Amino acid sequence: MSILLNSESRVLVQGMTGSEGTFHTQQMIEFGTNVVAGVSPGKGGSQHLGRPVFDSVAEAVIATGATVSGVFVPPAFAADAIMEAAAAGLQLVVCITELIPVNDMVRARAYLSSRAARLVGPNCPGLMSPGERSKVGIIPNQNGKPGPVGVVSRSGTLTYEIMQSLGAAGYGQSTAVGIGGDPVLGLSFSDVLELFAADPKTELVVMAGEIGGSDEERAAELIGRGYPKPVVGFISGRTAPPGKRMGHAGAIISGNTGSAASKVAALERAGVEVADTIEQIVERVTARLRRG
Amino acid sequence: MKLLEHQAKAQFRNEGIECPMGRVARTPGEAESAARELGEVVVKAQVPIGGRGKAGGVKVARTPEEARAAASQILQMEIRGYRVPAVLLEELLDIGQELYLGVTLDRDRRRLAVLLSFAGGMEIEDVAERTPEKIAKLWPDPFSGPLPFEIRQLTLNALASAQGEQVLDRSRLLNLMVPLVQRLYQLCQRLDATLCEINPLVITRSGQLIAGDGKVEVDQNAEYRHQDLVRELGGDAEAASSGDDQLEVEARRRGLTYVHLGGDIGVIGNGAGLVMNTLDLVKQQGGSPANFLDIGGGAKAEVVRQALEMVLLDPEVKGIFVNIFGGITRGDEVAKGLIQARDELQIKLPLVVRMTGTREEEGRRLLEEAGITPAVSAPEAARRVVEMVAGAGR
Repeated sequence: MSILLNSESRVLVQGMTGSEGTFHTQQMIEFGTNVVAGVSPGKGGSQHLGRPVFDSVAEAVIATGATVSGVFVPPAFAADAIMEAAAAGLQLVVCITELIPVNDMVRARAYLSSRAARLVGPNCPGLMSPGERSKVGIIPNQNGKPGPVGVVSRSGTLTYEIMQSLGAAGYGQSTAVGIGGDPVLGLSFSDVLELFAADPKTELVVMAGEIGGSDEERAAELIGRGYPKPVVGFISGRTAPPGKRMGHAGAIISGNTGSAASKVAALERAGVEVADTIEQIVERVTARLRRG
Repeated sequence: MKLLEHQAKAQFRNEGIECPMGRVARTPGEAESAARELGEVVVKAQVPIGGRGKAGGVKVARTPEEARAAASQILQMEIRGYRVPAVLLEELLDIGQELYLGVTLDRDRRRLAVLLSFAGGMEIEDVAERTPEKIAKLWPDPFSGPLPFEIRQLTLNALASAQGEQVLDRSRLLNLMVPLVQRLYQLCQRLDATLCEINPLVITRSGQLIAGDGKVEVDQNAEYRHQDLVRELGGDAEAASSGDDQLEVEARRRGLTYVHLGGDIGVIGNGAGLVMNTLDLVKQQGGSPANFLDIGGGAKAEVVRQALEMVLLDPEVKGIFVNIFGGITRGDEVAKGLIQARDELQIKLPLVVRMTGTREEEGRRLLEEAGITPAVSAPEAARRVVEMVAGAGR
């Protein structure tokens, strides 16, 4: 088992014919993802990477029964692509695109609120369920190993590092989810934690947050109310100064909100062990899983 | 992109939000003739930061001569590092009451929030911290915008915590607030702004609502849609970044994601979260990072070279820590790129590299042979670079 994505998931890729879309769709197919279609307005009727290409998500869904979309379209069109996927009834939309105007995302989020689709991202590496041989996004294939650890993180490369380090120590993942580095996101830490709580194959969760916003604090509240599985925390940006945007649009301490100290304190109050380094994450995971 | 007050107010007027009569002046002479037209005026420094009043950047002038003198003084000032490219002269308002009205991004709600308070004129952050109950909030549906009944309720909620006598009777206030809030919200959407703020929102003794000040911040990701505005700002935009860190201004020019931090260990890595973590590791080892520099998900040799060049512009840098997560990138290629860049740029400072990727061991061997310090783990690399910089300082 896994969360959000499994071997049954039928994936279409919006923007599959672009260069990023092409490269990463190939990687997804190699990993084992069941990619059933591409969508590129104006290119419907053609074939790409051995998959049929459609002009719209709705047409692709009717023809292929797709349930999940990966969005690789440029920032100016990404919010529209997300809404199109939601309107076509997809269950999961994973948006990799970065640099989307934040007010576009505000509208897309509002649009999704009355629809079934869950959104991961944007500005995220996507997600991978190694045991199900399924991934949507750009997490490097060799970093995924099947196992009992749920990983949820705001960052890309840091997520890969964590997966690789866990894998090297013998701990694979049920699902790894990168929720994204933007200020306005789809799924939050809390949303993903709730999904992991209900997944029988996930025995422990590693949650890697960073400065900015208060999603980590919200997650700490959720865990504090009684979470059924051990959580190992990690916060990057402990030494970041206030008012500076640290690469991610969302990674900024503004006024009193968003500091690493507040996040670490909230997590520790909730009983989460917070690691200082990736090596420590692995140590804590080892200790918790041995303790059983 | 932050607009200066006079630019924000030009946008307000376009949207039908009333502002005081005003003129922009770039010389004392222009200020004098503006004051002849306007009468008694307030002369305000146009800088993109708060606290200008306390710094002496706002002065009342009763005569054109006083306006000239005030402008001459203010135009020579540097306010918290920012040059003053212009002053805004405005008619004096007959202030009855000062409110706060703002539209700003609320990350938790994933929406724009409308904030209204009768504790205007103060920094809203201070109000939010000390007396949060004095701020009424509304999170409109972005497709419909704030609806009239929602705005009336917002106003009533704000009124409930207001103290003292009201200038306007309730029905008139409710009637005036509806179009004002709708216009400010529309403006925020039209400009792709993350903040549109009127503080103070003045209610004059004669019962008009007028924007006393204006703050607008346009989302960096949406600037491509507002090239006309970017062009119009031209020289003022340059002044508006004059107080910014000059290394960061240079990095922006080069298209690099760089934040200057003031220490002596240059840090380069790929991915924002990874670089933030690298800074934390340097600090944990007792070192002081000079900068944050994210070269993005990939690890191309040319980008690494540009990053090294950027880090070296900072004269404080005494050592460099490169932390690359390679993924499918080949470690030997990253190593070759680094060695070449080091030679081309003639880097003599300690250079510690931690990288992963396929064939990473071969990469480390190449680095070692070339006199660059390779490390297997990031904490180890941090420890070594901190030691080497401390050793060099002795």
